[in-house]
Amino acid sequence: MRKYWSFFKMRLMAGLQYRAAALAGMSTQFVWGAMEILLYRAFWLEHPERFPMGMEALSSYIWLQQAFLTLFALWNWEHDILEAVKTGSVAYELLRPGDLYSMWMARSAANRLARASLRMVPVIAVSALIPAPWGLRLRISPAAFGVFLASAALMVLVVCAYSLLVYALTFYLTDPNGIMVVSVAAADLLGGAVVPLPFLPEGLRRFAELTPFASMQNVPLRLFSGDIPLSQAPAALGLQVFWAAALILAGYLLTRNGLRRAVILGG
Amino acid sequence: MIEMKGISKTYRVRRREAGLGNALRSLFSRDCTEIPALESMTFTVPDGQILGYIGPNGAGKSTTIKILSGILRPDSGTCTVDGLTPWADRKKHVARLGVVFGQRSQLWWDVPVMESFGLLRDIYRVPAADFRENLERLTALLDLVDLLKTPARMLSLGQRMRCEIAAALLHGPKVLFLDEPTIGLDAVSKLKVREFILEQNKLCGTTVLLTTHDMQDIDALCSRVLLIGKGRLLLDGDTAQIRAMAGENLSTEESVADLYRRFGI
Repeated sequence: MRKYWSFFKMRLMAGLQYRAAALAGMSTQFVWGAMEILLYRAFWLEHPERFPMGMEALSSYIWLQQAFLTLFALWNWEHDILEAVKTGSVAYELLRPGDLYSMWMARSAANRLARASLRMVPVIAVSALIPAPWGLRLRISPAAFGVFLASAALMVLVVCAYSLLVYALTFYLTDPNGIMVVSVAAADLLGGAVVPLPFLPEGLRRFAELTPFASMQNVPLRLFSGDIPLSQAPAALGLQVFWAAALILAGYLLTRNGLRRAVILGG
Repeated sequence: MIEMKGISKTYRVRRREAGLGNALRSLFSRDCTEIPALESMTFTVPDGQILGYIGPNGAGKSTTIKILSGILRPDSGTCTVDGLTPWADRKKHVARLGVVFGQRSQLWWDVPVMESFGLLRDIYRVPAADFRENLERLTALLDLVDLLKTPARMLSLGQRMRCEIAAALLHGPKVLFLDEPTIGLDAVSKLKVREFILEQNKLCGTTVLLTTHDMQDIDALCSRVLLIGKGRLLLDGDTAQIRAMAGENLSTEESVADLYRRFGI
């Protein structure tokens, strides 16, 4: 446990060094969130009755998405790990007395949490002050908040496990870029990053909700905004547990097998 | 004690002639060439020895280090380091092992060196008292006081190498592998690194396996030298023996070059 806390601290400290990046990221998120809401507002004013989500729920969804962008987004890869596998400095990680997969998992989760913890505070603080229905609604029952936290934790597991699967594939490929690009595109569309899943056509939405990508940001964001009612939470969380377990198992086996055949090239 | 018995390792390398036609052909059938990196390598290193492991590029030095570190599995043969088989008992084995690859870095690039040391302490679960003691000793011997607060990316190569060596020894390993630790270092840094290796060996009885192309490293440090070429052990002796074999009044460097030529490696 100590190890994992250390990784988290290390990441947090490394992240704190990039003040300019954090500042730039934060202002981007404000502008982006505001623009998205303005866009949806135009549609909503036209036909509020045909909106698949309440405007207030949608605004909460968007602001929370912006606040936790670096925690949720699949494209927030751990480039150190990819580089380590590509250049062979993974050798050093194999020299550590620990299981490579769980160390990677700790690093990925720590990296995401550390990055998000810097940025979420101002976004949440400011967007909560925006009047309804355009701001972040923080009124949430303790039970719903508990379910949201559980779902967010599962989400971090699913995203990290998916990333680790890609890192593990790097053992077998010369360059993982293709898989990364396709994964990010799929996650953006099917995971509710481009538009929340309720806005997708019925058939596509049904399909999307079964993919691992929907077990990422889609579930916790919709739980928090109240779009998924508590009564449907067990099914959504159950699917998250399934994908987390399946992805972890696949990634673990691929890593183990990849290491067995890995040859660290060069002197 | 390090024991290697009949260790062999063969790499498969894909080859093709240059040109588009050949590139297309290789889509369907790939030619694999087998390159033997080690052929029944056998040697023993007693505790507390500083062993020089030399040979031309591609001789199998790094392969040996990787097998001994548990990173690579050999195709055949047995190997134990203090009773453990490196690749089978990897976790237990690496906890008692320190490794420095001169061409790679184990320090976190963006944070002060001390943060990396703290993370290593937690990864190896070094007790606080041991860590403090090791750190104090290493800081004094390697002259790290001013470097610990500096991010690794701001260090010169010589400074960084001193930190890398300290990083490999924080958990007090009994065995230390140094893979070209003086590569690219200036004269002052080289001397400092050598002085430290001797000191560490004397004080803590650390067994050191050193690969290098710098024969002055060998002259200064190693009581015993293994010369390998094309994956085979060619000579097991000390520098005096190497010079004697080459005859005349050659330096160690010239003698080794002469031996490389004579062995045709």
